[in-house]
Amino acid sequence: MIDGILELRDKIDDGKVTSEELFNECIKKAKDSQKIYNPFVTIMDKYECNNSDSILSGIPYALKDNISTKGILTTASSNILSNYVPVYDATIYKKLKESGAVLVGKTVLDELAMGGTGTTGHTGIVRNPWNKDRQIGGSSSGSAVAVAMGIVPFAIGSDTGDSIRKPAAYGGGVGFKPTYGRISRYGLFAYASSLDHLGVIARNVRDVAIVTDVVKGHDSKDMTSLPDDNKKYVDSLNNSVKGKKLFYIKEALENNDNDKELDKIISNFKEVLSKCKEIGIEVCEESISKELLRAINPTYMAISCAEATSNDANLNGIHFGVRGEGNTPDEIMLDARTKGFSELIKRRFVLGSYILKKENQEKLFLNACRVRRLIVDKVNELFEKYDGMIMPTTATIAPTFEEKSDKLSDKSLILDSHLIIGNFGGYPSITIPSGFVDRMPVGVCITGRVCEDDLVLNIANQLESTMEYKNQIARGEK
Amino acid sequence: MYKAVIGLEVHCELKSNSKNFSTSKNSYSTIPNSNVSVVDMGMPGILPVVNKQAVKNSIKMALAMNCEIPEYLSFERKNYFYPDLPKGYQITQFKNPIGTNGYVMIHVNGEDKKVLIHDTHLEEDTASLDHYNTYSLLDYNRCGVPLLETVTEPCLNSADEAVAFLEALRSIFLYTDTSYARSDRGQIRCDVNVSLMKEGDTELGTRTEMKNINSFSGVREAILSEVARQTEVLNNGGKIVQETRRYDENTNMTYTMRSKEDAIDYRYFTDPNLPPIKIDKEWVNEIRKEIPKLHNERFRIYTKEYSINEKDAYTIVKDKEISDFYEECISLLDNPVIISNWLTGDVLGNLNKLGLTISDCDLTPKMLTDLIKMIDNGKISGKQAKGVLEKAIEEGKDPIKLVDELGISQIGSEDEIREIVLSVIQENPNLIEDYKNGKRVFDYLIGQIMKKTKGRANPVITSKVLKEELEKL
Repeated sequence: MIDGILELRDKIDDGKVTSEELFNECIKKAKDSQKIYNPFVTIMDKYECNNSDSILSGIPYALKDNISTKGILTTASSNILSNYVPVYDATIYKKLKESGAVLVGKTVLDELAMGGTGTTGHTGIVRNPWNKDRQIGGSSSGSAVAVAMGIVPFAIGSDTGDSIRKPAAYGGGVGFKPTYGRISRYGLFAYASSLDHLGVIARNVRDVAIVTDVVKGHDSKDMTSLPDDNKKYVDSLNNSVKGKKLFYIKEALENNDNDKELDKIISNFKEVLSKCKEIGIEVCEESISKELLRAINPTYMAISCAEATSNDANLNGIHFGVRGEGNTPDEIMLDARTKGFSELIKRRFVLGSYILKKENQEKLFLNACRVRRLIVDKVNELFEKYDGMIMPTTATIAPTFEEKSDKLSDKSLILDSHLIIGNFGGYPSITIPSGFVDRMPVGVCITGRVCEDDLVLNIANQLESTMEYKNQIARGEK
Repeated sequence: MYKAVIGLEVHCELKSNSKNFSTSKNSYSTIPNSNVSVVDMGMPGILPVVNKQAVKNSIKMALAMNCEIPEYLSFERKNYFYPDLPKGYQITQFKNPIGTNGYVMIHVNGEDKKVLIHDTHLEEDTASLDHYNTYSLLDYNRCGVPLLETVTEPCLNSADEAVAFLEALRSIFLYTDTSYARSDRGQIRCDVNVSLMKEGDTELGTRTEMKNINSFSGVREAILSEVARQTEVLNNGGKIVQETRRYDENTNMTYTMRSKEDAIDYRYFTDPNLPPIKIDKEWVNEIRKEIPKLHNERFRIYTKEYSINEKDAYTIVKDKEISDFYEECISLLDNPVIISNWLTGDVLGNLNKLGLTISDCDLTPKMLTDLIKMIDNGKISGKQAKGVLEKAIEEGKDPIKLVDELGISQIGSEDEIREIVLSVIQENPNLIEDYKNGKRVFDYLIGQIMKKTKGRANPVITSKVLKEELEKL
């Protein structure tokens, strides 16, 4: 399925293929991919489609397995939910069903969406189809692979710190995290409520815009959802971007360790900047203090671990999920959670609980919230002069499974963490592929002002047209 | 020796169509798990949505307790693990309660006292657990029901004061129509904090806490028992341990449940799913206007302005429906004392005999006042009216219609009465002889007249006419 949504739409409308035939093709590809790349937790066995006059009617897609689907196993790639079948639909799933889109399967994620490697899901590691010895990143690992391999034209993921954009970039695709509240979170298994976003992975910007148009909108079930903006993002994709201004962060592009790979990434980025010039976008360098930049990752960890500890407190095996053993309620809950969570998750919960303790809250949690505010204020200040920020999406190419990185290096803390800015401020943020480094895909990320989703997609669309990486597919090995 | 220092935390379920953060029904049901939604059960992915009616009722109560209302409505999470708390946290208010720095007036042992309210805040109720030998059963009907928690300052000094406060609080809930406040349905529950202070001490003593007492009498007993226990400990030179104790209704004693070392850190933080909402001052003013005159104010009016005695006034204000009935009667007939007598005497007397409440019976204020007017007009006698009223309440009929149906009427015409008086005098020559000889036969003669008229003769006129006729003899 190299085709994007519009090509498939034409084929279905012209009668060249039926939606059910497409579905069967996708199922076969999905099953074939499992052995090596393992992107799916569940592959559907029945074709279901509510024919509608939506552009998505009959179009196949995949859904990250932390999104509630009534009657269909939803595990969040965690053992504690290995048997959990929801009794209600997430709003985004309901909208896609109503539009006639056809669910092909639920994709693997890093357990409970907490991770960035694609290696912590309970059904095993997910591999990068561009190179099976490399990670696809996470946490929307399976969704990124399903799109990168051409199994489906689009997939839904979630992004709390970078979890749509990073794996999309490692997979050579397009990943979009809209403004916070643009897409209803009702039915998304919460990781960190103030940072969680749902979003779209596809192989071109137009497809991302098409899907976003269908799934966005005010939801009375989600008090953080935005009022309808009554716009179709597809309509403004081709607007001229002449005169738009973007900035990049100077401090993030320093390479003091003579890192050859980083050199190449930065060089690729600079090429993209000249493409920007070609279409009339002005790009400037701006400075943000390193102290503030280095604080992004720890601030994120503090806030997200704290909120996650609370959000996942419902996973106790009592009223759903795998029931623990014991003679008292405490014993039963402890048993379920001890057996049901991986070490990494437990570590995050311990951190989160510690951070929220009465004696630590002021210094750790509330200070993290304040630093978040400082970062957002700084970016907002820059957004008064600029229409957006443009950065290399990732600091490295997709790492190998053995690779260890220095978590406290500036590269890790700064260049590898800037995507979090999009979550701190709820800014719309998109990654598009911009080339290859050492035969692995790399991308650039455009982040814009809150509620200017249409502009971000517009800029991304125009920039994408200047390059040749649109619709690329990683065939993968059999 | 020691002064008891008591603080109460009262939890009361609020009225609303649906629950505090979900659309499932807020309604008492005996069928378990019949009013439950995925949101109540904390299924993965659910989100809370604030119930405006619950917020409105909590603001109403806060105003009725003379509290300050904050600028913003916001909520925190209280995090702990227990099977009756499916999300693993309770949505409550910690930093910014819906009402602060208020007070409630109570009247105990003839004196007025101001009970200071530290705060009142809106939260959600937990599920209910029934424990059996080898298993426990969870009913989520109650889970998510809006709960208003009212916290007093430690300013109560006796079990009487505590119970008086609870009764005043319940009355406010009923008067503002914000809760059913039924103890028998577990809708109003109390945590009690008790400590002792020596005369002259400036610092409060160590306190113990007794949780989840379901009845006002339970609160009374728990306080008495705990004060006695603490007194004994201190008298024996011991120290009070800060702890949570469980009150047992069967033994009337308290037992250690959890000590300070095990005190739970709830890790409160602002719930990110509920953005702060600005509370419109106009809306608060409209809510304030909806608050009727409360029981305290009515009691004052009845006793000071209407000169009703305290006991009767208390009987009337105890139940808002009775009080509303009373005030409507007064608007129809401006005689508060007479109406009070009839209401607290005959009406309530008959209702209590039949086990009915005032809303159960068909008697309307108009019926009662019309009946009383009939007495004033001489159409029937007071005694007849009492009888008619009793029958009307028993049979669910209109007393005015009954008067006609039963042909009850009073003989009020002087001429008619004179005829009967004369005939009785004629029929009792011996009595007239006795009368002439100074014997007291007046009442007996009245009795004979009443017998002859089957009680229908107007007593005042009869008395007057009899006197006149006897004088003529």
